[in-house]
Amino acid sequence: MMKPRIGGALAAMTLAAGMAGPVAAADDTFKIGVITFLSGQAAESFGVPAWNGGKLLVDMLNEGGRLPAPYDQQGFGGMNIEVVVVDEAGGATKQVQEFRNLVQREEVDAVVGYVSSGDCLAVPPVADELKAFTILYDCGTPRVFEDGSYDYVFRTAAHATMDNVSLARYLKSRNFDVPSFAGLNQDYAWGQDSWADFTGAMTQLYPDAEVKTALFPKFGAGQYGTEISALLRENPALVHSSNWGGDLQGFLIQATARGLHERAQLALAAGDHVIPQLQDKMPDGIFLGARGVNGLAAQARGGELKELTDTMWEAYEAEYGTFPVQAPFRMWQALFGLKTAVEKAMAENGGTKPTSEELAAAMKGLSWDAPSGHIEMALADGHQAIQPNAIGTTKWNADAGKMELVDVEYYDARCVNPPEGIKSQDWLAQGFPGAQCD
Amino acid sequence: MRSKLFLGATAAFAVLAAGSVILPDWAMFLCAMALAKGLVCLGIVGMMRGGVVSFGQGLYYCIGAYTATLVANSFGVSDIFLLTLLSALACLLVGMAFGPLLSSYRGIFFAMLSLALSMVLYGSLSKMSVIGGTDGLNIAAPTFLGWAPEGRPLQTALYIYVVAIVVIAGTLMRIYFDSEQGLITLATRDNELRVEYLGASVRNIMTYNYVFGAVLGGIGGTIAALALGHVDPEFAFWTTSGEFVFVAILAGYLSVPAVFVAAIILELVRSFSNLYFPNTWQLALGIFLLVVIVLLPNGLGSLVGRRKGNAA
Amino acid sequence: MDLVATILVDGLIYAGWLFIVSVGLTLVFGVLNILNIAHGSLYAIGAYASASLVGAYFAAGGQAFPYGSYVALILAAVLVALVLGPLLERGLLRFFYGRDEVLNVLVTYAVFLILEDVMKLIWGVNPYFVYEPYTLLGDVEIGPLFYVGYDFAVIAAAIVVGLAVWLTLNRTRIGKVVLAVIHDSEMSQTMGVNVQRIYLGAFMAGTFLAALGGALTAPMISVTPGLGVNVIIVAFAVVIIGGLGSVPGAAIGALLVGISRAASVHLLPEAELFIIYFVMAIVLLFRPEGLFAKTQVRKI
Repeated sequence: MMKPRIGGALAAMTLAAGMAGPVAAADDTFKIGVITFLSGQAAESFGVPAWNGGKLLVDMLNEGGRLPAPYDQQGFGGMNIEVVVVDEAGGATKQVQEFRNLVQREEVDAVVGYVSSGDCLAVPPVADELKAFTILYDCGTPRVFEDGSYDYVFRTAAHATMDNVSLARYLKSRNFDVPSFAGLNQDYAWGQDSWADFTGAMTQLYPDAEVKTALFPKFGAGQYGTEISALLRENPALVHSSNWGGDLQGFLIQATARGLHERAQLALAAGDHVIPQLQDKMPDGIFLGARGVNGLAAQARGGELKELTDTMWEAYEAEYGTFPVQAPFRMWQALFGLKTAVEKAMAENGGTKPTSEELAAAMKGLSWDAPSGHIEMALADGHQAIQPNAIGTTKWNADAGKMELVDVEYYDARCVNPPEGIKSQDWLAQGFPGAQCD
Repeated sequence: MRSKLFLGATAAFAVLAAGSVILPDWAMFLCAMALAKGLVCLGIVGMMRGGVVSFGQGLYYCIGAYTATLVANSFGVSDIFLLTLLSALACLLVGMAFGPLLSSYRGIFFAMLSLALSMVLYGSLSKMSVIGGTDGLNIAAPTFLGWAPEGRPLQTALYIYVVAIVVIAGTLMRIYFDSEQGLITLATRDNELRVEYLGASVRNIMTYNYVFGAVLGGIGGTIAALALGHVDPEFAFWTTSGEFVFVAILAGYLSVPAVFVAAIILELVRSFSNLYFPNTWQLALGIFLLVVIVLLPNGLGSLVGRRKGNAA
Repeated sequence: MDLVATILVDGLIYAGWLFIVSVGLTLVFGVLNILNIAHGSLYAIGAYASASLVGAYFAAGGQAFPYGSYVALILAAVLVALVLGPLLERGLLRFFYGRDEVLNVLVTYAVFLILEDVMKLIWGVNPYFVYEPYTLLGDVEIGPLFYVGYDFAVIAAAIVVGLAVWLTLNRTRIGKVVLAVIHDSEMSQTMGVNVQRIYLGAFMAGTFLAALGGALTAPMISVTPGLGVNVIIVAFAVVIIGGLGSVPGAAIGALLVGISRAASVHLLPEAELFIIYFVMAIVLLFRPEGLFAKTQVRKI
């Protein structure tokens, strides 16, 4: 038997690997571990634009003085920001391992990441176990803080319930007649939950609307011919879809070629991010959201956040030659939140780099301004953000050669998000108790 | 021979257990995960000795993980021994149901049918939003006969637990491989008809190997779920199974310890390539796979094994 | 239009696509005995190549004669086959002939991983679009439903591909040689067949078909990373159902899967995810080696 010999080699090998680990960041640098999709389908729609935006903001902060107050201080409280980026592709199992590596091997000061809801559910218990300050910046599932509570984990973006509630409210406020509707959503948790939220909200606002069919094509299916036939046959007044990325683009190309958009109103819960790619191939008159006042809706909003929004918008356009959609906005609101929390903690501890505990205390219940609006950590005992939302209608501006969002309606964060202490499914079922819409 | 085997096992346990003292936290976790996955791969190696490779071992990895999670969440059971036992039992039953069916398939058809079974489980779990759908479920940290450690002690306890199971399972499998049944399995690999003519039932042997693989897969899945604290249908996805097959091929069918070394190597390569080449880690991993396949056609085991004569 | 007819039309369109993406896989397996996971990557590369080439065609003033874009589509697939076919077969796969089938699956899995990142390095992560060929053929109105003419062009392409492969194999001299190699490559070699060349030719043909599948799909989708991974599993299922290595088998498998999927979407949308595995499991239970498996000689 060769066990001892191999065992010895194994021990030597793992030891060697252990030695290779880098040392913790110095006191004048703040090291962030960023996890986002760099490969796979979510890379193009969310991961890469988000990190393009993030990288840009980190560079601007490190340079200092390029942003309006209160973000005019260099770095995070004068500390330079250093970043380690990890690809989110590969599933929750891999992400838990990578998270441990980031915290224990790379010794990052904070982790910012996760687009996939599965990853957002898997990572928080580990973050608490390791006492590692963690920001979930993008993922949608309300289950993270409705089914659990964590000390070191914060989500700086509103959960997905808001997207579909806003969509239903938009139909109502524009007096859109919905005798019947149907859904086409990706067959995984995101699509299933979005459809459940949308039908839940519709039951409240349009109790008489009939559900014609609920289609769930496979994630990444690419071919929607059969589904489009089914939708054309059923002939609903409205077709809801929370599809994103390539799945949404493919669906839109095939649906418009077969005239589905002329027979039914299309309502896309998260559709803004395909505009830069589809341009005029995206039909006019689609109702769409951006999971927050992001992208075109943020640019159209103006108001007191105009300077901050325009600064980021112009820098992004100058750097990447395209305008920022929802993903960079969510990354920005996470990083602005982190900056605010770090600086708040430093104001309290006398200006040294804050520990995870100090960061968590500072972040809890925090509120700050971002290009996407005023963000408040209002839910889950100060760990879950709410934010305003907007829904608009697409309209191609042929003269300017760009897509515009018209008839935009803005919703207050407290109008489309459940209040503290009630689960979003119950909130929908009970008819939005406590919603503050004006 | 036997005494030498037990000596080897004890030494392996001592060396591996020493890791709980020397290894940094992240490496200990990585090793625990690798060893848990190694258990699944050991099951594949058992089948490989008979000439078939299951491309759907994720089925049992997933059943084990979900059994433990559902039992823990619905009945409040957190004892790791009980959870492992229950998952192993569940996999034993499922394995006994599918084993006889699969035992008449060979080669690519065995691989593909086992893959189809695990994909059906993947599809079913993805549909069940009651148990989290594709997002999966969390499972609380385990307790050890009433003891509920936290932080480093918890990781250490889990690591020692998986090391103990690996050494026991490895030793038992070695005994099985060297038994009459095990040797017939090896003969099947060379020529199935000849074995049949000699009076042995190849189907029975294949079934045994499959059922052992199922139980090992379930145990591996349980430990992985407890270590990760999370399960999702991805456990049954074909890429998960493909990774197990890769470890089995990397290890070869000649040596038991090689399986676990291979599992640890793969985890290390993946973890570091992910960090140092975030944009091209698949490329790095692919090249690594090719290099291994080209340089070590019979697996790591052939480096140290003395049965080189078999490696034809 | 009644439901049955809709299901049949939808099923046929999907089956046409399925056949094109899976026939190359079965051909390569038949000749080289390699189940090529990288088939999915070749499909994706075909999609990217056609998106680039058609894009270049229109950029170079192709609007004057838009139908030329179909030539560009096919040319893209030919290019992929000419570049990657020899590179993969001569550069890598030939070292693994006669080795364990499962080991070869892993080799192609490694190739798949590598190509996924290579595509990203070449084309980046931003999507590519080429809608022009998709809408060029106009609409077809069947009852109350609109179909796109292109959908029927895909069915036609599938029929042409199927006939071409079948006729080449069964009615030409080179086809007979290929069949001989499939049956017994050692014997063929002793009879003076240049087996190496047959292998290379077959792999290039398989690559062309994979790339053609991608090239024909590109106009109706957005070409993005991760395109290939979804194709592999469906192509595998079709090929396994039909019997590995059988061209008529791939056609029957594609029809079975296509029509049952269409029926499921219209009648029982919840079951769509399983339908393909369900068909596969049923077929394998009764015909363990698929519907049209080649008979294997067992060596004693």
